[in-house]
Amino acid sequence: MGRYIARRLLIAIPTLVGASILIFAMVYALPGDPIRALAGDRPISPAVVQVLTDRFHLDDPLFVQYWEYLKGLLSGDLGTDFRGRPVLDTIERTLPVTIRLTIVAVIFEAVIGLIAGVLAGIRRNGYFDNLVLVSTTVIVSIPILVLAFLAQLLFGLKLGWFPIAGTRDGWYSYVLPGLVLASGSLAYVARLTRTSIAENMRADYVRTAKAKGLPPSRVILRHTLRNSLIPVVTFIGADIGALLGGAIVTETVFNLPGIGRELFDSIKAQEGAVVVGIVTLMVFFFIFFNLIVDVLYAVLDPRIRYD
Amino acid sequence: MKLNKRPLALIAMAAATALTLSACGGGDDDSGSGGGGDGGGTFTAYIGEPKSPLVPGNTTESEGAKVISALWTGLVGYDEDGAVTYDGVAESIESDDNQNWTITLKDGWTFHDGTPVDAQSFVDAWNYTANPQNAQDGGSYLSRIAGFADLESGAATELSGLAVVDDLTFTVQLETPFALFPAVVGYDAFNPLPDVFFDDPEAFGTNPIGNGPFQADSEYVPGQGITLTRYDDYAGDDAAQADGMEFVVYADQATAYTDAEDGNVDIVDVIPPDVIESAQSEFGDNFINTEVSQITYLGFPTYDARFADPRVRQAISMAIDRDAISTAIFSGTRTAADSFISPVVDGYREGSCTYCEFDPDQANDLLDEAGFDRSQPIDLWFNAGAGHDAWIEAVGNQLRQNLGVDFQLRGDLDFAQYLPLGEEKGFTGPFRYGWSFDYPAAESYLTPLFTPQSFPPVGSNYPFYENPEVTDLIQQGDQAGTEEEAIELYQQAEDLVAEDMPMAPLFFTQIQTVHTDHVSNVRIDLFQRPVWSEVTVN
Repeated sequence: MGRYIARRLLIAIPTLVGASILIFAMVYALPGDPIRALAGDRPISPAVVQVLTDRFHLDDPLFVQYWEYLKGLLSGDLGTDFRGRPVLDTIERTLPVTIRLTIVAVIFEAVIGLIAGVLAGIRRNGYFDNLVLVSTTVIVSIPILVLAFLAQLLFGLKLGWFPIAGTRDGWYSYVLPGLVLASGSLAYVARLTRTSIAENMRADYVRTAKAKGLPPSRVILRHTLRNSLIPVVTFIGADIGALLGGAIVTETVFNLPGIGRELFDSIKAQEGAVVVGIVTLMVFFFIFFNLIVDVLYAVLDPRIRYD
Repeated sequence: MKLNKRPLALIAMAAATALTLSACGGGDDDSGSGGGGDGGGTFTAYIGEPKSPLVPGNTTESEGAKVISALWTGLVGYDEDGAVTYDGVAESIESDDNQNWTITLKDGWTFHDGTPVDAQSFVDAWNYTANPQNAQDGGSYLSRIAGFADLESGAATELSGLAVVDDLTFTVQLETPFALFPAVVGYDAFNPLPDVFFDDPEAFGTNPIGNGPFQADSEYVPGQGITLTRYDDYAGDDAAQADGMEFVVYADQATAYTDAEDGNVDIVDVIPPDVIESAQSEFGDNFINTEVSQITYLGFPTYDARFADPRVRQAISMAIDRDAISTAIFSGTRTAADSFISPVVDGYREGSCTYCEFDPDQANDLLDEAGFDRSQPIDLWFNAGAGHDAWIEAVGNQLRQNLGVDFQLRGDLDFAQYLPLGEEKGFTGPFRYGWSFDYPAAESYLTPLFTPQSFPPVGSNYPFYENPEVTDLIQQGDQAGTEEEAIELYQQAEDLVAEDMPMAPLFFTQIQTVHTDHVSNVRIDLFQRPVWSEVTVN
């Protein structure tokens, strides 16, 4: 197992480098002059444009720019944005917000999704199953943007249960955005669990367990659920990786100063250093959580071994 | 790879829908964010993320400028008609020849760190801002001061036109005489900087120290905001009424507006266009409409043979029913422009743009006279992702309807590509442009837009328009003895511009502000910023 993990981590290094080169090239290829975009409607003098262009090496060829970036990276410097703020500071500031949002979202996704899925799965075509089927269809088909505004207006403004925006109320501020962000995945987890459970309920080992006279709760939790979790864990694991990349829409609507909002702003402003820094981090998260998922397989299903 | 701004447009659209739904919502419970009574208390205000660190000389966009205006007081202020008032740091700004100016400061002004605001703090700040090595966005505001060109070319490191006489006096020599110089220096880029700035300009950007009615209480946190408290040793007459205030950064105007409905943020100075009608009924007296300095233009590429004839440009201008577009698309937030000089400054004359009047018949005659080829569509250029699509299309439809010329929308370029294309004379048809004054003066609508010294990339003369008579009249105005004479000469220049029609003024902008019952006395100044010091907390 240890060797497997080490190997996976080693493979991650070229993946990260490759991803950063790719992102770097893409930002480089963006048309237009970021310095001019920064100045807006009001022209800045050619001398200032020149100074800024030189400072950020914007005139250099792609690989020279990337080399400069890599040199900084090796000494722990992720570069600075056009405002002179270190990218590392930006990530340190925005990542905790996104991590909190992700935690809340994953809790909703896992808890509600799993419970709904299990309940629907054990009584297929029952009343609850149909309810889950209809409600998840509805949720999945509404764009998250609309959900976000609806939730904000209904639970924030009209009912006043949750703050409308911002992070002023600590963890409580994350409940509504977390629920909105989780909604799509939640529906997916519920359906995945339902199918998986329903399938396993007919499996031989479940019939055996029932025949042994085990109580239904034990049959479902110990035998069926554990085996049904593999696809669900895969999904949630990949989802965590994606959620940590930030949720542009949710973070914008609920005014959470997280990494997704930062990334979106940086892409618009062609802030190469910030975009590369954040995206590389996202790739890292993705790799890391996929590794955890793979390791969890072995825990859930003893038949899977990695050595 | 092409990144368009569709997600943003989607967000805006959904915001529009959602907020229309919310029109009947109530925002009656107040945020209990401060004490009551006369004076005192604290309030909160919306800002978008400032583009630059909070340094006055580096802040030329609206969001950072709102914070700067709370933290700094400039040399002069302006009354509601744009006339200079000496309620800032300057005691007097005088000159015999309009070229050599002596600025005398009032005694007793201090920065928030206790150091005095003296002549040196202005001269140092101006030298820093003007030096291109420091890459300050506001540098070009100082371009009238002698020695600016040497700074640009790297031949000098300081402005030769600035000299400190004593603690409270310094002199400014201009490149050429300019009668309206006192009106220029009230802008942010001319604010003084304390010594501590020069030790570490970067750190200063998050811990700004000014001389204004409020002082920073915390450091600025990007994406979140900054808290200010009243500066008790403030020397000006416009001391802060409230004990303190907080700027809260919102990623989205629509969210800020919803938060204001619920009473969580007290002042939202610019609300999204979609909610204006509902906001009026919902906020009642707390809804404020202010005419601001911005003019929206349709510029013409005078370098393109097709638009080289002034009659073609006049015709296009006359074929656009500005009122109809204003009502249908802007729900009255922009009014039909009838002049090249905004109504908010001295020198505006109603209807001075004669060819701005909607008259399809005359437009057709002019087009025929000019021998315009109607079989080819007209390209209409605008920058993408900034909400210009609808009204530009309306303009196109009117051209088709009134002139019988088809049109083609060219709105794929982001701002970062749009202006550089204009610099390279790449516009193949009329293009959108917006302009707000640098300082409240008629001249600020002429020199930067219609003279050859403002050809891009130095200035904003994107039509590449040149008329020696216009340039000459503006120059005479700059050197006139009195303001009245100056304005008269500027107006003569405006009349010539109106005849040549290098850009067709389309709309004057109005902004809509809402505030909660928690605050009163909210007023928007000429630079589109709420006057923070006047705000009282209920």
